[in-house]
Amino acid sequence: MKILVCIKQVPNTNKVEVDPVTGVLKRSGIKGKMNPYDLFALETSLQLKEKYGGQLTALTMGPGQAAETLQEALYMGADDAVLVSDRKLGGADVLATSYTLSQAIAACGTYDLIICGKQTTDGDTAQVGAEIAEWMGLPHAGNVIEVLQADGEAVTVKLNQEHEIVTQRMPLPCLLCTDADVNTPRLPSYKRKKEIGAGTIRTMTLADLKDTDPKHYGLAGSATQVERIFPPEKNDAKQMFTGTSAQLADRLYALLTEHKFVEKGGR
Amino acid sequence: MGLQIHQEKIDAQAAAQLAALCPFGAITADGDKISIGAGCRLCKMCVRQGPAGAITFEADPVKTVDKDAYKGIAVFGEHNRGQLHNVTLELLGKAAQLAQVTHQPIYAVLIGYHVQPLADEILRYGADKVYVYDDPALDDFRMDVYANAFSDFITKVKPSSILVGATNIGRSLAPRVAARFHTGLTADCTKLEMKPNTDLVQIRPAFGGNIMAQIVTTNTRPQFCTVRYKTFDAPQPSAPHGQAVAMTLAPDQLRSTTAILDIKEKAKIIDISEAKVIVAVGRGLKSRDDIALAQRLADLLGAQLACTRPLVEAGWFDAKRQIGLSGRTVHAKLIITLGVSGSVQFAAGMRGSEMIVAINSDPHAGIFDIAHYGLVGDLYEIVPQLIAKIEGGSHVQ
Repeated sequence: MKILVCIKQVPNTNKVEVDPVTGVLKRSGIKGKMNPYDLFALETSLQLKEKYGGQLTALTMGPGQAAETLQEALYMGADDAVLVSDRKLGGADVLATSYTLSQAIAACGTYDLIICGKQTTDGDTAQVGAEIAEWMGLPHAGNVIEVLQADGEAVTVKLNQEHEIVTQRMPLPCLLCTDADVNTPRLPSYKRKKEIGAGTIRTMTLADLKDTDPKHYGLAGSATQVERIFPPEKNDAKQMFTGTSAQLADRLYALLTEHKFVEKGGR
Repeated sequence: MGLQIHQEKIDAQAAAQLAALCPFGAITADGDKISIGAGCRLCKMCVRQGPAGAITFEADPVKTVDKDAYKGIAVFGEHNRGQLHNVTLELLGKAAQLAQVTHQPIYAVLIGYHVQPLADEILRYGADKVYVYDDPALDDFRMDVYANAFSDFITKVKPSSILVGATNIGRSLAPRVAARFHTGLTADCTKLEMKPNTDLVQIRPAFGGNIMAQIVTTNTRPQFCTVRYKTFDAPQPSAPHGQAVAMTLAPDQLRSTTAILDIKEKAKIIDISEAKVIVAVGRGLKSRDDIALAQRLADLLGAQLACTRPLVEAGWFDAKRQIGLSGRTVHAKLIITLGVSGSVQFAAGMRGSEMIVAINSDPHAGIFDIAHYGLVGDLYEIVPQLIAKIEGGSHVQ
């Protein structure tokens, strides 16, 4: 079984702030980590590879630094790794990102299964996987909690829907988005690290894709535009209390009784 | 196209300034030369705030769309086992507000089998027309045939905006259909407004952090967005004035490649989004054992215990108890946060609560910006004393 897993490097912290006066984004920490939701997708992929045999490719799009995350995937057990990196891909929204990834996947080869995580912690849209599937004309399923069975033709998966757990069988090739917390992702293997060293990471640019028209990528290929960014609204009607802990506890107790969340008087 | 570097206007000082300015570290300075790497997100901070003319942005000519060819605000009618999901009603209420700006109709699209009673209900919530795809092949949710029905609705009706609930199904179906029409989709909007030219103004937290982004889809139609359950208020039902329109799909459009083998109703689970009173804990909690303290307070208030994302990532809590954009949205009558810093992504999940009380030792914590009552102090001292006082009194359910 040939599997491709899409992963992303995300900032280590979410502390990106905007200066309310100048509108300047304050620089976030430069360090990155693998998007935590992708660990579940990667673990699912590795387990499938172990069960059915085959090849696992990890794919990411991002700056050169994102190679670190691919390296981690290699140490966890991926067979090869591909980084799509090009300044022309910058500023992509969901539509342009998913288009880029669908083009990159096609350039990597043909796969039985493409597996994505639920969402990223920086974009938080949870939409890229489904859009990749649509661009590629593949069936897809979201919120996959378990891959029960796979054969040469189809895969049986369990999905976590709003009120139900649905078991369905769908044809290969297809794309699956794993739900959160569906397994315990393994740690990168020290032994593998010793074996493969830095590992081999193939880098692709726009020129390596079938569609090389820059207008279809990055900001130009995006359907949505960010008109402005601004700090969140503040609640001006707030009341702030300071004092000793005893005073504050009294204050809060008074508030809770006043609003009838707690009844005054002895039990 | 895109960012253009005007090297002749850049000296070593300007180069260093630009490199420091980029919030994503995508600009590298080498003496008086700069280069922009693949980390660039085209936020254009360097254009606006950098030395004048050093970096400019040349926009690509854009394909435009005839906005007049698309009319109306459509809501996806999500339902399960004969019941409309409440988010559908909430979105109908929001659609009515948005339609006041453009004076365009409010539509709903309803896909399923034996769903006529739901169409009637949608009409009581203000829809002008509800387009009904009613077929045995649409009985269970199957991505391919539902996407086909949804696409058929768009092709035939040409709505300008489409609002979809950010449920598990909505989050999967909306991107599928949006990509089919090569159009924009904004996830988890916390605020929606309408421009007179029918551009939908979509506001949501961005960059995972403390920033709100205002997003528009100016050159394509329809404009898709998803909105989480309980973000908006459901309107009161009234006498219907609209009508249901029966829609049909070609047989090949109803053929699914997916076979449903089993559907099991989920066991009743903890649902903090329904809780009236919530005690939420954040990273101010020093150890896992201290959850007991918060649980004690929650028990006394008849409250559900909830938490922030880091505590879920640390494995202290089940993800079902997480408040925020990547967790649940709550609309509590009272929420008390203990040691929660108040990231935008957390705030987005709870700011609709009626009374927000925050305890945090950092007077500058972001949570105090949204709290109605802020207590600057040590939760480890305040909470035990509060518990003692409540135990002296008695609590009202």
